[in-house]
Amino acid sequence: MMARVAPSLRGKNTRMAMTEQTTEDPKRMAEFEARIARGESIEPKDWMPERYRSQLIRMMSQHAHSEIVGMLPEGNWITRAPSLRRKMTLLAKVQDEAGHGLYIYCGTETLGVDRTELVDQLLSGKAKYSSIFNYPTLTWADMGVIGWFVDGAAIVNQTVLAKASYGPYARAMIRICKEENFHKKQGYEIIATLASGTPKQKAMAQDAVNRWWWPSLMMLGPSDANSPNTAELIRWKVKRKTNDELRQRFADITVPQAQAVGLTLPDPDLKYNEASGHWEHGAIDWDEFWAVVKGNGPCNRERLAARRAAHDEGKWVRDAATAHAEKQARRKRSAAA
Amino acid sequence: MRKSRRAENVRPRPERNLAGEPGSTGSKAPPADKAGDGADSQWPLWEVFVQPAQGAAYEHSGSVHAPDAEGALQNARDVYSRRGEAIGIWVVPSTAITASKPEDQGPFFDPADDKIYRHPQFYKIPRGLKGF
Amino acid sequence: MSAASESATIEFLKRIGDDRLVLGHRLSEWCGHGPILEEDIALANIALDLLGQAAHALGLAGESLGEGATADSLAFFREAIEFRNIQLVELPKGDFAFTIARQFFFDALSVHLMDALQSSSDTRIAALAAKAVKEDRYHVRHSGDWMVKLGDGTEESHMRLQRAVDDLWRFTGEMFETDAVTDQLVAKRVTPDPSALRSKWDALVTDVLSRATIEKPADTFFVSGGRSGRHTEHLGHMLAEMQIVARSHPGAEW
Repeated sequence: MMARVAPSLRGKNTRMAMTEQTTEDPKRMAEFEARIARGESIEPKDWMPERYRSQLIRMMSQHAHSEIVGMLPEGNWITRAPSLRRKMTLLAKVQDEAGHGLYIYCGTETLGVDRTELVDQLLSGKAKYSSIFNYPTLTWADMGVIGWFVDGAAIVNQTVLAKASYGPYARAMIRICKEENFHKKQGYEIIATLASGTPKQKAMAQDAVNRWWWPSLMMLGPSDANSPNTAELIRWKVKRKTNDELRQRFADITVPQAQAVGLTLPDPDLKYNEASGHWEHGAIDWDEFWAVVKGNGPCNRERLAARRAAHDEGKWVRDAATAHAEKQARRKRSAAA
Repeated sequence: MRKSRRAENVRPRPERNLAGEPGSTGSKAPPADKAGDGADSQWPLWEVFVQPAQGAAYEHSGSVHAPDAEGALQNARDVYSRRGEAIGIWVVPSTAITASKPEDQGPFFDPADDKIYRHPQFYKIPRGLKGF
Repeated sequence: MSAASESATIEFLKRIGDDRLVLGHRLSEWCGHGPILEEDIALANIALDLLGQAAHALGLAGESLGEGATADSLAFFREAIEFRNIQLVELPKGDFAFTIARQFFFDALSVHLMDALQSSSDTRIAALAAKAVKEDRYHVRHSGDWMVKLGDGTEESHMRLQRAVDDLWRFTGEMFETDAVTDQLVAKRVTPDPSALRSKWDALVTDVLSRATIEKPADTFFVSGGRSGRHTEHLGHMLAEMQIVARSHPGAEW
């Protein structure tokens, strides 16, 4: 039996060497595409084109980074939550986000990359994360709107990803979707309470909606025309819907929810199209989106600085645990000897 | 059961490359555990299996990072059983798992497919008889 | 129940509620800033347990106080001078060694306290304790393990933990103080004798410090005052942050 080399990210000792697509075995490639077309699940040890692997690593790690960075805007209000119930449910929500990041990092690790490397990519600025988390949370109402809009948009995206072709990713998504529903409900409940509260509370809610609506629409990604990766990802069933399709779905779900609590959305061009059955929104300011993606949003530097500080200050702790485990292992060995 | 169950995070075992030398395949083991030598680590990876209810089989839930077994157990409990999903937990270092390879699927599992006499449905018993 | 013992019970409920509210709040400050993802999740779990216990205890206090008092009104609308927690729990979180040492000292007390409270003559407190003791057993396992990992880890972690233990030691006396309130409650078998708790605490702490290769500080001076509202300056700042939104909208629902 021929020595078989498992596909590896590092690729130094594999036949994949420098180039990706052009050196893929056409027979294996055809078989792979057929498996995808049949709706089969690709598992960690299955043959896959190097590009499938690298795209998945990029997509999954970006998703995981987003969950982790996403802990910060909401974490900002845990110490100021105005009731014990809100304090506990917000803390539980942020904790869930840590868990979601963890599930997805673990899923990414099945593709042959260590979490240490992934963390390094985020902190060095090499990796991207969802642009929405570069906006500041300025009032308590932001906690409501984030659960409602941001988790709402994430649910639209994740429900579809639960059918992704890569097994570990799909399974992480199923787990996440189960937990995510509480997040959106929690957010909407906060907003509904504010919207039917004192005039000051209602104004707080409306102000938060005004600030978060457009960034949430942008969260679903650049328009299809400007999304070069989409076609390939759809063919490989890693993405199941395009950005514009998801954006439309999000708008259709959310607009009636805003109406139900008597809040307006900051879009004078927003109108219902009877023929298509869709809510059509006004023009998105893509300049803002790209500025934020490129690092010039309101909080990009602060978010990364916070993650770097946690990581740097935590190094001695990680090292201590490792050193202790080593000592214990050595003691065990000499006791057995 | 036809499909092989593949545990998540089964890194390809260190295998030999075409030249027959040990290659760096699959995922890198965390850097050497010399504390304070500058190398950082997110701790080794463990697979988590959870027993959801009395008498049920243990199922693979996912993975956690931990410095040792007790840490892995606690982390697994915190990550995978917050919503009451577990009454029992096993943790196993990911490197301890041996998995079947996809190309083994044929030789490993196909021969079982045509031995239908292993299934109760193969056999016909007159209706109405008790004890079947 | 006599008025005196009822008010002693209310005092007690505020004490255990405030301890856990303040400690839970301090622990929640780590969320998003922990040394590793798994620990972010672990600390949040402990914080949630503590906040839940606080809500329970303060809720019972509110019921007994009447006049619309609730866990929320007690948490968000009392001044620092009205809080009844020990000073140990209000100290800023410090580094991870400080957090772990403080947590461990508290857990070592709480697990024994809650265990004893399961046989309280006050059935509401017994019920609270029955639930809390399970959570506390997990907490002390977690914090105790970290004490050993840090104490017997690297030189740096050992030094940080020793420093934390040295700095915190003088705050560990308050947990065992007796006063007119505790005398009443012990007499009525509502709570256990604090000195019995002290020997159990001492045994556990001595054992863990030894396994952590940490030197146990000498008993010189212990701070006091938290149980009667005399806190460090830290509590005022903490409450200013914790209470700001609630107090900015008095009477509002959330």
